[in-house]
Amino acid sequence: MKLLNKKNAIILLSLIVVYGLVQFLFNNGTLNQFYMMTLILVCIYIILAVSQNLITGFTGQLAIGHAGFMAIGAYMSAMIVVKFQGSLILGLIFGAIIAGLAGILIGLPTLRLRGDYLAIATLGLGEIVRIVFLNMDYLGGATGLSVPKTIDWTWAFWLMVISVLIISNFINSSHGRACISIRENEIAAEAMGINTTKYKVMAFAIGAAFAGLAGGIYANYMYFIQPTTFSFLKSFEILVMVVLGGLGSTTGAIIGAAVMTIGSALLADYPEIRMLVIAVLLIALMIFRPNGIMGNKELKFNFLNFKKKGDENGTT
Amino acid sequence: MGSVDLILQQFINGLSLGSIYALIALGYTMVYGIIKLINFAHGDIMMVGAYIGWFCTTTLKMMFIPALIIAMLITALLGMIIERIAYKPLRNATRLAALITAIGMSFFLEYGGILVVGPQVRTFPEVFPQTIYNPLGDITFKYGDIVIILTAVILMTILTLVVKYSRVGKAMRAVSHDKDAAALMGINVNNTISATFAIGSCLAAAAGVLMGVYFNTINPLMGIMPGLKAFVAAVLGGIGIIPGAMIGGLFMGLIESFVSGLGFSMWRDAVAFLILILVLIIKPTGLLGKNTREKV
Repeated sequence: MKLLNKKNAIILLSLIVVYGLVQFLFNNGTLNQFYMMTLILVCIYIILAVSQNLITGFTGQLAIGHAGFMAIGAYMSAMIVVKFQGSLILGLIFGAIIAGLAGILIGLPTLRLRGDYLAIATLGLGEIVRIVFLNMDYLGGATGLSVPKTIDWTWAFWLMVISVLIISNFINSSHGRACISIRENEIAAEAMGINTTKYKVMAFAIGAAFAGLAGGIYANYMYFIQPTTFSFLKSFEILVMVVLGGLGSTTGAIIGAAVMTIGSALLADYPEIRMLVIAVLLIALMIFRPNGIMGNKELKFNFLNFKKKGDENGTT
Repeated sequence: MGSVDLILQQFINGLSLGSIYALIALGYTMVYGIIKLINFAHGDIMMVGAYIGWFCTTTLKMMFIPALIIAMLITALLGMIIERIAYKPLRNATRLAALITAIGMSFFLEYGGILVVGPQVRTFPEVFPQTIYNPLGDITFKYGDIVIILTAVILMTILTLVVKYSRVGKAMRAVSHDKDAAALMGINVNNTISATFAIGSCLAAAAGVLMGVYFNTINPLMGIMPGLKAFVAAVLGGIGIIPGAMIGGLFMGLIESFVSGLGFSMWRDAVAFLILILVLIIKPTGLLGKNTREKV
């Protein structure tokens, strides 16, 4: 397959257009800081949702510890940037690697568990990570840590694109197919000679690493990080995005993340109603459309009707 | 105060906290046993119970026992309504869908609670005299401790009798064993599940009122952590096993009290989750669980 075929060229072009349009509108003052923040948060949540989707949607492992990995990425990148005066890119990479390693470390014992047990174990581990940071005075403890703001739209957007690209390429590779086979039937997959533990841990580690990257972007954008930000409510929020978009659909995860983040931004003035709306939406969604918006189908880049992956960033 | 006394004192504190956890854990375990659902909203049902108890004791100037009973009855109704509206349509859906609905229900109760009663922390009135007994030298028994432990023991005894000997209890055990076979034997599965939710919520409400008494404060998000810890307790004892939940709850209470007593109160939540993970890795069926072989 050629790398630069017509389809890829069009996707790249449309991404550049979306990027350029937002940058232009921001420079010329149409988009104020609040909209910009929402768009950057959309990028961060897209990375989180797509990586959670790799674990839950494609590999079928119900893990609710994404906020923990996000916290590791956020704190580790902040540590590099603030304590060691390292560069941003070094911090982001370091955060992602440490989160990925934590994913392997946590994944090896817990991924033996199934379903609800795995969910609750990962939830517990995520909380342990948060409590560890809460008690780590070196990194600010409960009062939090100030981080210089170095992330802008360019960083957030292209890191998001790269992350989505890597994860969707992983899913389409033979490793990805092995992961999907685990979701479909673990015992059958094992019988076909797939090392299920290896692939589960692999998916978990990759998901964790990208959650760490997202955490790093978050830390270097938000001026300030605090352990309470990364409570299990954040993990739930990410899971909700994935379920809303459709488990097992990357484009679904992107749509879910965009819809939820923009919806949250619109309701930002009414925080209680925001959560209430999320709750009702969640229950109604599960009862009436448990497959989410996209089910496990992907939005295809059909040449007749031009629907592009990056669209929901640009049109809102 | 000698170290032995200190240990005994923490033991008593842990016992009252553990009784509360055990009451919550019972609801988790019963619901899980019967429909295999982690009812994440259970901790928040406890919160609702605590608020009803608070309302009864402050605004309606009730005594402790009537307030407790009213809280239990209203919350039992709430539990049944939640089951009918949110969980029943999903009984044959995937586990994930049911779990996410439970999370949604939990958010709904928490933030609905904030909307209705306001986000501020409320002080639970002192329903008991602040009498302190010290029959064993330096160790203090608060009046509240005794009431909490006594209430928990009475409720657990009633529950055990109900589950063992009543028709509803027998039906519950039958449904949790095999839903389809129970239905074939003429058991009304839907009503039995409703009854399970009612009993579980009842116990949670009692735990909520006791928690209000124990900590003196209540707020709409108070149910999250105790709910999670009670779930850990249920897993520790062996989920779906009623005596397991009681033992697990007491164990969690004791651990938490000793961890706090040693000066690591910041870490007590982490310790609870660490126990959970260790149990899940070493013996996922819990202390009282039996190993079941998975069949293809």
